[in-house]
Formats: sequence, structure tokens, C-alpha cells
Amino acid sequence: MTGPIIAEIVPVAGNRPRPRGRRDDFPLLAGSPDLHYLDSAATSQKPVVVLDAMRHYYEHDNANPHRGAYALSVRATDRYHAARRTIARFVGLADTDCLIFTRGTTESLNLVATAWGRANVRAGDEVVVTAMEHHANFVPWQQLARATGATFRIAPLTTSGQIDIGALGTPLGERTRVVAFPHVSNALGTVNPVRDIVKLVRERARNAVIVCDGAQGVPHLPVAFDSLGIDFYAFSGHKMCGPMGIGVLLGKRALLEAMPPYQMGGDMIDVVGDEETTWNALPHKFEAGTPNVADAVGLAAAVEYLERIGMDRVFKHERQLTALADELLRALPGVTIHGPRPSDRSGVVSFTVHGIHPHDLATILDERGVCIRAGHHCAQPLMRRLDVAATARASFYLYNDESDVDALVDGVREAQRVFGTA
Amino acid sequence: MANVPERDPGAPAGQGANVEALYQEIILAHYRAPRNRGELPGATGSAHLSNPTCGDDVTVATIVDAGVIREARFTGDACSIAQASASMMTELARGATIGAVRRTRAALERMLNREPVTRDALGELIAFEGVARYPARINCVLMPWRALEGAMGDA
Repeated sequence: MTGPIIAEIVPVAGNRPRPRGRRDDFPLLAGSPDLHYLDSAATSQKPVVVLDAMRHYYEHDNANPHRGAYALSVRATDRYHAARRTIARFVGLADTDCLIFTRGTTESLNLVATAWGRANVRAGDEVVVTAMEHHANFVPWQQLARATGATFRIAPLTTSGQIDIGALGTPLGERTRVVAFPHVSNALGTVNPVRDIVKLVRERARNAVIVCDGAQGVPHLPVAFDSLGIDFYAFSGHKMCGPMGIGVLLGKRALLEAMPPYQMGGDMIDVVGDEETTWNALPHKFEAGTPNVADAVGLAAAVEYLERIGMDRVFKHERQLTALADELLRALPGVTIHGPRPSDRSGVVSFTVHGIHPHDLATILDERGVCIRAGHHCAQPLMRRLDVAATARASFYLYNDESDVDALVDGVREAQRVFGTA
Repeated sequence: MANVPERDPGAPAGQGANVEALYQEIILAHYRAPRNRGELPGATGSAHLSNPTCGDDVTVATIVDAGVIREARFTGDACSIAQASASMMTELARGATIGAVRRTRAALERMLNREPVTRDALGELIAFEGVARYPARINCVLMPWRALEGAMGDA
């Protein structure tokens, strides 16, 4: 299929590449030409193809799947499983039954920490996370360790905001049962070396399952789950052009089959006796209740949209904008950018401006139509280590372009004028 | 709230007047040179509040004697609006009765909710009038006052 091209390089004077965004595909952005949406790490905007797919489902195919003895229900069931196949292909998962639909990354990670964790982690075991986690990949493991008597360890970061691989390896051993880490940091944008981490864990901790928070991974760069060697990988639909309320857990079949269910109810059972119940096969065992078919269909449409563009190009486009934003912000007095250099990051710029609290910065930018996040980004352990209470975060996606970067930089200048710090 | 239109997030840029209305010079002055900032030895009460979304963090400590606030100080790390609010609040609170402090806070809340209020009841706090247009920032003004209430309650 053909689609409009993103990241087309238009030569301009001054040798500055101008990546061209795809605003017109996104009704909210197309309808607000002066809006500079720079908070896609929180949630992305939605292309019209996703909205159309969901509307089409409700107008033509809607029924409760897996139940009805009538053609409409069969069609809903088919749409649901087609969505699962589309998404599995996109993330490089061959065994489609090992793709579990959830409400989002948070639920996916809680599913693993609860269903797998309670059945497998014992007192004296070790649960390892990194100092870079979003709370969703931190608190479930911390609480699992507390509940089971396991030791909870937090692997440190380097001064540039990357996982310290050497230090990560130190505590790993026979008693390590879980190693959890983010594919990409939501607060800093650091892209972690997944293969190096997996190799290290497999060498030193043969009893560990590896859990990867992919909430900032799948939306922004190509992911091939089967080749990564990870046991569980979680992501959300709404950060990748899909609707809110749908997410995914990818898991290895042997682990998923051996785990107890997470929630009990309809669809996930096989035979319900008065005393005993047997569980349905994968993936249904982990999808209790009426599934979220419309959002699954919407996410599949989002995946097809991203496939037409190509994730390599999405990533390259974000990198260009990140590098430009880094360069222009660094040129301003009093600006500190947190995290590694742009070539080790995805489309995130996390920064502080001397003398201006991020919350004030966000308000002044908001007056100019520039939407950024200000705060701890659900990563308080990381913020403590950076020794900042909060940062401002601008995050880019495929619909952003150079004008968004300019608006950001102009807004920071305006804030410095208002506060008299420039 | 009904008579003041909400801002359209897609509104054209260049609305600098709004920013000036929000960041009044008196607010910036208190932010740059806060009054009563620091620890309070011999405090009879203190309260710590933080805003989990933006990272604002304020502690207010008081010495209360016979229903009168003899001393009030604050510490913490917060945005300009919260710091200026804490600074002005402690100035107003020192020497005031608990009842007077509560009346002032009630008037401040009415102003931020765009309800009728006597300007005389607010004094310098009228500088925060522009915050009423920024629902996300109202809590920044009020957080120090909530902490003060907690600190007084400890007495």
C-alpha cells in the first residue's frame, strides 16, 4: 500500500533538514493549526483511519464475540482475531495466541507481577528493576517483593541516564527471579540496549524471567519480539495512534500456559464445576469477560497505518526533531537537558531551565499553544537520582515537524523574558 | 465561571497579555525573594503537602499562641505561583488570628472560583486573580494555605 511520505528531507538554506509531519491525517491537529502537540509520550493523537475503523466496527460488525450462534457474532469474533493477528505480525510474534489484550501497559505488567509473580517468587528470591522505571514497572514489583519476602533491587544508572550494565550484572544470580526494565525511558527517552541486557541476564541469572516495559518502545521503533529473547513485553495502544483502553501483553507460551489466570469470569473458563474450574486455552485464559473488540480493531488500524509509513522512518523522523530541539535548546542560557545524547534517545527531550519551575514553563508554553508535560513523569525514583523535583518534557511523534520545535524554543525564550532570567 | 470563556487549546499564539496577567510583578518579586522562607525552630505545628503531578512540595511551620499566629515560615521546592503564595501567606499570617487567616483563605478561594468577593478582604492576594483562568494552577496557590491549616491544627 502506498501512503503519504513522512520525514521527507526538503533542502533549505542553512543546510537545516526540514522533516515534514503528517498533521493532515490527524483530525485534532488538522483542526487546530496553531496547536503544537509535544506530549505524545503521554498519549498520541489519533489518525482518521483509526477513528473510521472503530466507527465501522460499531456500525457494521458489533456483537459479543465468542458467544453468538449467529453470523454477526461470528463477524465480531473474526474482527477481533484479525486484529490480534495484525498486531502480532507488527511486533514480530509468530505464535498469535501469546498476544493477550489488556487495558494497557499498566494492566499487562500487573498481570505478570500478580499471576506469574505470586506463583513463582518466594522469600529470599530477588526481584530486579532499574532506576529508570515508570511507576507501572516499579510499584508492582516492589509490592510483589514485599508480599513474598523477596529482595527488591534497583539497578543504578550512569551519569548520562543510561542503565549501568556493569552494575546491573552484579546482583544477578541463581536467586534472581525477575529482571524488569523499560525498552525506552518515558522520562528521558533513553533507548536501552535490549540485546545486551538479555544476554547478561541469561548468562548470570538462569532462573530469571525478563520483563520489558515497551510502552515507549513499540510506538516509536521497530520491535521483533521473537528475536529479542524477552519473556514478557507490554505496551499500550493509545501511545501508538490507537485508542485509549487497549493494550497488549506478549509472553512466551510455556510461561503463559504454566501461569494461573489473572482475572476470573466469562470467556476464560473451560468447564466450571461446582468445586473446580478448568481454564480456556491461550489467549482466552487471560481475557476474562467481554473483550474490547472495537479498541482492538482500532489498534489494528493504527498498526496498519504505522506499517504503511514504516517504523524505521517514524524513528528517524523523531530523531531528527530531537536532535534539532537539543541543539536549539542547548544554545539558550540556563537550559539543562537530562539524559543521554540525542543519538541514544527516542523522540523525548527532558529539560530544566534555570530559575523557572517546569510547571511555570508549561503554563507559558500552553499560552502559545505548545503542549508539554511538566512533573516527575511517573518516575519518582529516577527524579530523585537526577536530583530534580521535576522536569519539562517535550516528546515528538510522526505528526510533529520543525515548526513545533521552533514554537517550543520560542516559548522557552518567552518564559525567560517573563521571569527575567535571560 | 460561566461568564469567562475557557481558553481554546488551539487558540492562536501571541496571547502574551494572559501570561502577564498571571505572572504579576508582585508574584515574581515574591518568587525571587521569598519572605519567611526557612526552618522555624520551636514550631508548635507543621504540615507538609506535595502535588504528585507537578512535583511541588511545601512545608509550612507555625508558632501559634492563644489563637494567634506568632510566626509562620515555609520550606520546599515549588513553582513560582506556589512559592509566591507561600511567601505572601506567611506575611499575612504573622500576627493574625486563626479565624482571620481562615477568612482570608475563604476569600481567596472565592476569587479563584470566580465567585463574588470583597477585594479589601484580599489585599495583595488580588495578584492571584489571573490564576482563576488556569484551573491546573489553582492548586498551586492553595497548597500553602492547606499546609498552613494543617500547621495551625497541630497547635
